[in-house]
Amino acid sequence: MSPRRQALAAGLKAVAPMMAAITPFGVTAGVAGLDAGLGPALTMGMSMIVFAGASQLASIQLINAGAAVPLVVLTALIINLRMLMYSAHLAPYFRHLPLGWRSLMAYVLTDQAYALTISRVMTEDSDRFNHWFFLGVGIPLWVVWQLSTAFGYWAGTAMPPDWELGFIVPLIFLALLMMSINSRPGVIAAVVAGSLSVLGRGLPAGLGLTLAALAGIAAGVLAEGRRGGD
Amino acid sequence: MAAIDPLWWVVGLIGLGTFVWRGAFLVFGRGLRMPDLVRRGLNYVPPAVFAALVLPGLMQWQADGTLDTPRLIAGAVAGAVAWRTRGTIPTLIAGMVVLWSLRALMPV
Repeated sequence: MSPRRQALAAGLKAVAPMMAAITPFGVTAGVAGLDAGLGPALTMGMSMIVFAGASQLASIQLINAGAAVPLVVLTALIINLRMLMYSAHLAPYFRHLPLGWRSLMAYVLTDQAYALTISRVMTEDSDRFNHWFFLGVGIPLWVVWQLSTAFGYWAGTAMPPDWELGFIVPLIFLALLMMSINSRPGVIAAVVAGSLSVLGRGLPAGLGLTLAALAGIAAGVLAEGRRGGD
Repeated sequence: MAAIDPLWWVVGLIGLGTFVWRGAFLVFGRGLRMPDLVRRGLNYVPPAVFAALVLPGLMQWQADGTLDTPRLIAGAVAGAVAWRTRGTIPTLIAGMVVLWSLRALMPV
């Protein structure tokens, strides 16, 4: 087997166990698109153009809640900001590649692709064919993501409403919420935004949600300032 | 010509912005600098937005005006599990199992 193929095969092998973990997310993205009335083209378009699960779910939820367009875009881009760090960390290992390769890698860059690739390039397995390993990880993730979104969209109507699978979406955000709280000001931002959004749910067109989020952000910054900042 | 759904703009902008993040160093080769206050504010976007999204989803009122208690309890348990495990899968399992169990125990 050529070293190129070996690298590709190693990527495929490394990513296999992750497939089971991303499938429910993809299905949820499809179901969420269906529930929000996005239509098949926008739901699939989002999976293909954005290809970043948490930001897709968050923007679908915000669109459904009638949030202002800038808040939807801003939230999605903040959620995806971590990609910037991944890009910075990976770039030195792939500087020699042509622009086309690096662009393709950027497009399929995900948490999983970063995590697996960075652990390869930093060990003795690292070689000139790391980008084939990256593709071995990234391409199956992309394919499974598209298939699971499509499955969720088309099978969503077939799932019995008794199962209340729609509850998965707030649960995913609950997990993301807990993971995003890493300081006291973070707790304050969450408490302020959460309680205001419950109080403001009657306001028209997602205004309550937008205002609650802005108030939470301001509360977080203020709490940080009062503590003396760091 | 059929009207294009304005949501395509939302999807396109998110897609473009995300590609800029992903390619910032890999493709474009240069970092981005942001003003300090903006950067500090950005830190609180995830907790604030997630909390604003989650809480109304956990506190839902039924047609008869009473709070949907099983949903709230399932959310509280899932929240505790999320805090302890910091993982999505255990949170999903805990939340759905508690919700289904309570629904089975307290039929509407």
